[in-house]
Amino acid sequence: MPVPVSDLMLAAPQWFVLIMTCVTLLVSLWSGKKASPWTYGLSQVTLLGAVVITALMYDQPRTVAFYGNMIFDKISALLTIFVCVITAFVLLYSRDYLKQHKMAYTEYHVLTLFSALGMMVLVSSYSFISLYVGLELFTLPLYALIALRRDAAVFAEASMKYFVMGAMASGMLLYGLSMLYGATGTVDIPSIASAIVGLPQGQHLIIVFGLVFVLAGIAFKLGAVPFHMWVPDVYDGSPNTVTLMIATGPKIAAFGLVVRLLAEALPDVHVAWQHGLILIAVLSIVLGNIVAIVQTNIKRMLAYSSIAHMGYMLLGIIAGTASGYSASMFYTLIYAIMSLAAFGLVSMLSRDGVDIQRIEDLRGLNARNPWLAFMMLLVMFSMAGVPPLAGFMAKIAVLEAVISVGQVWLAVVALLFAIVGAYYYLRVVKVMYFDEPIKKTDIELPSMDMRVAMTINGLSVLILGMFPAVLMGLCRAAF
Amino acid sequence: MISLSTYLSVSAVLFGISLAGIILNRKNLILILMCIELMLLSVNTNFIAFSHYLNNTVGQVFVFFILAVAAAETAIGLAILMVLFRKRNSIKVEELNILKG
Repeated sequence: MPVPVSDLMLAAPQWFVLIMTCVTLLVSLWSGKKASPWTYGLSQVTLLGAVVITALMYDQPRTVAFYGNMIFDKISALLTIFVCVITAFVLLYSRDYLKQHKMAYTEYHVLTLFSALGMMVLVSSYSFISLYVGLELFTLPLYALIALRRDAAVFAEASMKYFVMGAMASGMLLYGLSMLYGATGTVDIPSIASAIVGLPQGQHLIIVFGLVFVLAGIAFKLGAVPFHMWVPDVYDGSPNTVTLMIATGPKIAAFGLVVRLLAEALPDVHVAWQHGLILIAVLSIVLGNIVAIVQTNIKRMLAYSSIAHMGYMLLGIIAGTASGYSASMFYTLIYAIMSLAAFGLVSMLSRDGVDIQRIEDLRGLNARNPWLAFMMLLVMFSMAGVPPLAGFMAKIAVLEAVISVGQVWLAVVALLFAIVGAYYYLRVVKVMYFDEPIKKTDIELPSMDMRVAMTINGLSVLILGMFPAVLMGLCRAAF
Repeated sequence: MISLSTYLSVSAVLFGISLAGIILNRKNLILILMCIELMLLSVNTNFIAFSHYLNNTVGQVFVFFILAVAAAETAIGLAILMVLFRKRNSIKVEELNILKG
């Protein structure tokens, strides 16, 4: 079966990243240096090129390609753009860290690019086969990335834990998918949605049985309670720049997974997965926010905060309406930006062989570098949901979505625990502004582009909070 | 003629064994890798059984993808295992305790 040229054109961003990643690998090998500027430059060109291509294609109508395996729509385009932009920022933030800790430079870039490619495939998948391949393509490089730093056993351990958990999650997800395939006889997402409508009662049971495993797999991938055990360990045990990668892009990809699997393949058993997701979301919000309070390690604290944030994100999915999905999408994108800034600061401040580990390590950051402290302040306030920052608008959007479908109690629980959560975010601010620094020396970021990127990243939290209409409009147009 | 439910039961049992193996095993990491492999094979059994009884080949195509990915996954798992062994001189699960998860 020949593939039409128009199909190949629709996959242009994916092709571009695939080819350019191979080029990056070859050029880095050819240049022969350990940390070649070509590697970094070509990686950035790859990602920015993919952003430009996707942006140019943005207005194209919704098209299914490759015999129903791939879809191009506004969801895939918007998520692809965000994945690429965020990965570009990740590479920028990690450049210095990689050199300082003597991590394998070329491998880091190439694996990150392959992971980004996997995310792009995942968000534009329209059958279970491409969905599974995309999922594995984005997780497998992440396992290797964690183990890339070889100077302590902790990295290998974190990598092993992530690997075992991730493989188990894939297994569960696949088991659920096999049940869905058995009940409907197809693996195409739209065909499954239409096949479910006419099913007799007995086969509905198989669907619900499969759905349980699918939900477990999704909760694993999102890092939501009760499958969250790996999140703090992996965040804590990974090199800071890899934590930065794991905490940002995969959340966007996992949102794509949720939308494709639940919203597009299984809209008719909405009631069944709604109950499961309510349980997952409430437990994540409660446990994430409470356990984060007692953490002294900043990466573990942010890990528990990410568990809580994934719970909030699920609220919009629970609503099951178009406005709910777009609110969730808005929340995911905002969370990715905030988490990029927070972990970006943590990895950029880890210099001269010292890793920022404890919250105490940020003591008196204001005296040492007021601008970075201010950026961290914006991010922490935004994560806590203080107006007028972006995190506040995102929380409002998901709460509005659950209230509009009559689940007021969910909104109340979410709100109460958002207040609990404010405590540990504010503690970071207090440590930065009111505690005496241990060392008095000024901190300077190594280069101009990092300073500019950090400033853009931090201020975007403020600007998206004050003018959320553009991004919100894009999210609304996607559904 | 073996019925569909027999295949499904076998694969459910395999899945259960592999899940129990991952959770209960405290001694050897290689056993965990084997359990992961077993889990994917039980899924494959499911797909092939359904594919046969539904007279629909797409399930078998899916199995090829799963097999290929499983091979890559095991390769990465073993590579991580090597790194871990070089650092710790042990692949016992109970000694994975630097991170207090």
